Amino acid sequence: MSRKKSVEEYQKTKSFRFWRWLSGSKDPYVGEVEMKPQKEPVYSEEISQERMQEKLELQEKVYDVEQNPLLRLFRRVYAISAVLFCIILAGVLLYMVAYLPPTGEADKAVNNEVPARYIENGLQETGAVNIVTGMILDYRAFDTFGESNVLFTATTTVLILLHVRKKKVEKKRKEDRENGLEEEDDRMYEPQDDPILQACASILVPIIILFGVYVILNGHLSPGGGFSGGAIVGAGLILYLSAFGFEKTEKMFTEKTYKYVSFGALTTYCLAKSYSFFTGANHLESHIPLGTPGAILSSGLILILNICVGLVVACTMYTFYVMFRKGDF
Amino acid sequence: MNTLQIILLIFLLICAVAVSFTKSLLNSVLVYMSFSLIMSMIWICLESPDLAITEAAVGAGVTSILFFATLKKIHAIEVVQENKKQTEKEEGLE
Repeated sequence: MSRKKSVEEYQKTKSFRFWRWLSGSKDPYVGEVEMKPQKEPVYSEEISQERMQEKLELQEKVYDVEQNPLLRLFRRVYAISAVLFCIILAGVLLYMVAYLPPTGEADKAVNNEVPARYIENGLQETGAVNIVTGMILDYRAFDTFGESNVLFTATTTVLILLHVRKKKVEKKRKEDRENGLEEEDDRMYEPQDDPILQACASILVPIIILFGVYVILNGHLSPGGGFSGGAIVGAGLILYLSAFGFEKTEKMFTEKTYKYVSFGALTTYCLAKSYSFFTGANHLESHIPLGTPGAILSSGLILILNICVGLVVACTMYTFYVMFRKGDF
Repeated sequence: MNTLQIILLIFLLICAVAVSFTKSLLNSVLVYMSFSLIMSMIWICLESPDLAITEAAVGAGVTSILFFATLKKIHAIEVVQENKKQTEKEEGLE
């Protein structure tokens, strides 16, 4: 049975003293031991300068290449080993190239039944005239979905790293102006009105964006596809932005646009491909018509997937540039 | 391999070496841009136009623009401030 001690009794115990010492409310030496305040050591300027000089001399001796033979040796060995390492690495890589199978040989490992199947049955099964797009977005659509997600993740990371709050930047600019400091960052600088750039951009931007849309929509008929077309559209948007400034682009492209477009495109891709995976895995017949090869509305899901990938890539490129330039939409 | 491809490959090698040996960062980005353009031409010679379009758009276009933006951020490119010059001129006239 525990007994409750009174306060006076408790203050006599060792544990109370220990806690008092630990919490620092009472110093046990105060009043018991004689103490004097310590004097701060005073160094004259001569002594301090002497010491500085000694330190400098020592440093010079240690890091002076001519005086220190060990350092000289180390530098030489370092330089020689760096060059040797580079040469050996290049040699090993070139040596490995010699082991690659020569192109165009009939019995090399790459020429197995998989590409034969792609080349022979690709047009029938996917309906795409461009076999590359047929492979990327039909046989290996899961890989492309992963790629789009990688792009989305990259943009998200850039947003986390480079995003700045507009209010904070404006506050800092105000403080800088009041203190008479120059603005250090160019985040909020609008591009200057350059008549040559604007005249060129007003001609080029529609052509570039139209070409990008053409490359996206004709991905299953001609070379190109979602990724390259999206990159072209993104480049056109960047050119428009650097010619006409943020005010005009913010009317059509904001953070919300990015969010909805990327999310919508990725979800559409996921759902469309889930359908074909589901039907394929369960040996069901897909109800999406393949159409006549060569027509623009053909090859089943590939057109939709191309548009989705193109939208994601275009948004990614544009967002990268905006984040690097301004840090805010 | 025809002569055009050999010329392109030699240019590619020159560009690849020049990127690391140019002293100005801006110049090396420009050389890298030309590297991408030559690479896209080589892709066309190797009969893969899909890659050529992507290389031209991403390698020569977007990547170098991002490089320029970054170089401006770290003050590797000198920014000419026109307004400042004008005010200095006005002050000089007065």
